[in-house]
Amino acid sequence: MRRYLIMLLPLTLLAAACGNTGERAVPGTDQTSTSTEETPGDHLTLMTHDSFALSDGMLDTFTEQTGITVTVLESGDAGTMLSQAILTKDNPIADVLYGVDNTFLSRALSEGIFLEYQSPLLSSVPDSLMTDPHVTPIDFGDVCVNYDKAAFTATPPPETLADLTDPGYRDMLAVEDPASSSPGMAFLLATIATFGEDGDYTWLDYWSDLKNNGVAVASGWEEAYYSDFSGGGEGGERPLVVSYASSPAVGVYFTDPPPADAPTGSLLNGCFRQVEYAGILAGTAHQDAAAKLVDFLLSVPVQEDIPLNMFVFPANSEAKVPQVFTDFSPVPVAPVTVAVETIEQNRERWINEWTDTLR
Amino acid sequence: MDQRVDGHPALRRVGKIALVAIPVAFLAYFFVYPLLSVLATGFTADGRLDFGPIDSVFRRPALLDVAWFTLWQATASTILTVVAALPAAHVLARYEFRGKRFVRAAIVVPFVLPTVVVGSAFLALLGPSGPVGIDLRHTIWAILLAHVFFNYSIVVRTVSTYWERLDPALEEAGAMLGATRFRVFWRVTLPLLRPALASAASLVFLFTFTSFGIILILGGLQYSTLDVEIWRQATGLLDFNVAAALALLQIIGITLILFLYSRYQERRSVEFEHSVAAAAKPMQSRRERLTVLANLLFMLLLLGTPLFVLIDRSFRSANGYTLAAYRNLNERVAGMAAPATTAIWNSARFAVVATLLAVAIGLAAATVIAYRRGWLSRSFDALLMLPLGTSAVTLGFGFLLAFDAPIDLRTSIWIIPIAHSMVAIPFVVRTAVPVMRSVRHRLREAAAMLGAPPNRVWREIDLPLVTRAALIGAGFAFAVSLGEFGATSFLALPSNPTLPTAIFRLLGRPGTESFSSAMALSTILMVATTVTIFAIERSRTEGLGDF
Repeated sequence: MRRYLIMLLPLTLLAAACGNTGERAVPGTDQTSTSTEETPGDHLTLMTHDSFALSDGMLDTFTEQTGITVTVLESGDAGTMLSQAILTKDNPIADVLYGVDNTFLSRALSEGIFLEYQSPLLSSVPDSLMTDPHVTPIDFGDVCVNYDKAAFTATPPPETLADLTDPGYRDMLAVEDPASSSPGMAFLLATIATFGEDGDYTWLDYWSDLKNNGVAVASGWEEAYYSDFSGGGEGGERPLVVSYASSPAVGVYFTDPPPADAPTGSLLNGCFRQVEYAGILAGTAHQDAAAKLVDFLLSVPVQEDIPLNMFVFPANSEAKVPQVFTDFSPVPVAPVTVAVETIEQNRERWINEWTDTLR
Repeated sequence: MDQRVDGHPALRRVGKIALVAIPVAFLAYFFVYPLLSVLATGFTADGRLDFGPIDSVFRRPALLDVAWFTLWQATASTILTVVAALPAAHVLARYEFRGKRFVRAAIVVPFVLPTVVVGSAFLALLGPSGPVGIDLRHTIWAILLAHVFFNYSIVVRTVSTYWERLDPALEEAGAMLGATRFRVFWRVTLPLLRPALASAASLVFLFTFTSFGIILILGGLQYSTLDVEIWRQATGLLDFNVAAALALLQIIGITLILFLYSRYQERRSVEFEHSVAAAAKPMQSRRERLTVLANLLFMLLLLGTPLFVLIDRSFRSANGYTLAAYRNLNERVAGMAAPATTAIWNSARFAVVATLLAVAIGLAAATVIAYRRGWLSRSFDALLMLPLGTSAVTLGFGFLLAFDAPIDLRTSIWIIPIAHSMVAIPFVVRTAVPVMRSVRHRLREAAAMLGAPPNRVWREIDLPLVTRAALIGAGFAFAVSLGEFGATSFLALPSNPTLPTAIFRLLGRPGTESFSSAMALSTILMVATTVTIFAIERSRTEGLGDF
């Protein structure tokens, strides 16, 4: 008999420990998502990716303004998040989704996960960021080639994507695998938009030249930036890397003490613009409240909070960008882009062709 | 325990049913049900069952290559790990030396570190400017080395726990009869160690079969495992059908291997006298001292070098050595969901809950497996190991599909310790079963004949042994939970950063300060692991007298 009691002991401890777990889960935010006692509209769940962050108290402002509390669900990277939203579309786990970008948008739309919504604040958003009435643009970031200034004192850094195949830049570039990395995918799209699929010199010809010129492929951004890139400060040996236009500014911001000049710069040609959207999930019981949350995300206070928390630029043109960004990370004037439907139709084939070329 | 012991029949019956029912119910609900949900979704097209995706996998040579590579690299990694770890297991089992407990605890550290962190250390060490001098990045050697690094402690700890209790007289007898050292090892020691070796090897195999982060970072474009491919298909290409087909392939492969293994393991288990753990003795000859020293140096080189790179980096800045990365742990850095101290606290409490769950369920299951024989027990054994052989994406998405009713568990943080405990249960079972099986039936019978009531037999004969095994298992369970990254990152949960997720996030942005913070958190994870495992191991002496 006693031996069964001994086995029950851990279970009792477990129950005690978990009781604790439930209550202390998220200090400052509301954490239960389903409670039958709430009246509809009092509580919203926001589904987003794991790069989401706002300053402390920002979401409390929303609660003060509207009486609506918000639980934030973090769902892995952008691809993982969208997979989850699609898999649960018949019984969604959230009311609003924020963070789907233009490389995935078409799939989200064809799965019908969003309700249509036109925010009144859209008048402050440039037309170039608008895509579809189901989603609201919240932020954008440009994927560009970054260079280490220290390596280009005698010779100039490359100016165009085509320059990267020049033997003068041999063994200098590190890129990310588009199948496993979001900036990797964006850079692949930049090369497709620049060199095209038809003609004498296609994007695949370009990649085979890059390969012959010694391009290094990393599985993710962390590896490319910190292990390969000499400007990452961690002993990498390649002075060129696919990263974001904002990286030079963020690098300065997170270096203590901040250097007077950014040690890295961005090549402002051939950048691909990633736009992140928010949408109201079909199946929500709180459509009006959800609309208020989308408006809130696009409002100036949140938009001005975004750059230093998520390192992307605000979609609302009335929002001011922090000094460190204007100093060190100019926004590319003419980024390239590919239509969302075209991306969706060709994504798998492009990745497979790219893999075959580089392997 | 069937006819051998008396007691109240009705109570014993209820107890026995509970021993089987609790683990079965837990696994059925939290593992089998989500798994079936994922497969059902993957194999449904237009509302009808469609097994076309399986066919399409077999038509794509690239995917078959992935399956083949997964199998052979896991086999090679397992063999290498066992060979590399056996000498250390011998040293820890047979010799007493200062700091032995610390060594036993510290070797678990690699096991809990997020692969993305250690991956960066390996890239630095194996690059052209590293100490090796040749570029080993993105080669099979880098993968194998990293697999040995991560899994070394599984073999050392599991095997040495068992080895300690082998009577050295057996080996001495062999030596006295004129056998060479090697022959004694080959003909006496190794066969006796088989149950523990098989247990440890099966865990290493499962871990390397489902290797994800290491392959992703060190394998480059050339090498991919089923786990990596499932992830690419599901979250990169959003092709749930091919992902489900690959997941099914992975599960079938693992099931077959586990079944073969458990048949083998059952036949090989040995009973021996319950000798007090007196086998370990101080080093006497110069030769013995050298053996111990050589092993410690090997550990330091294999495990210490990559870890040293990380620790060193956490104290460095552009202007020399500094504590800056540690000073601000209690503040929320821009772009992070919470201060680092929150992540430490989260990791700790999830690990405590996961460990308690895993030990309770694992011990119940181990009791059933150890004392019952036959195909049912074997299938049960295999079922318990399956979560280790299942990809994190499959599990994570399964939870989302399965747990919307009756209670919506999909976004509950309870899911985190539950997911962690499923990965940890096999460790408790694998360390406890060989020990439980090795207790001589005769010993129990003798005790019973001398008038000891059944619970006293259990308390005084089985319990001390089982407690020891359970503590080793608990140590692993705790470590597994502290370092778990995969399953939790495929769930959609309210922000609850753990140490690995916080580290991953810090590494996801530029700036030397971010990198230092990530390394500081990794160092804290290392220290926390060593201290906890050390404490768990100490508790066994304090609580159980001479054991």
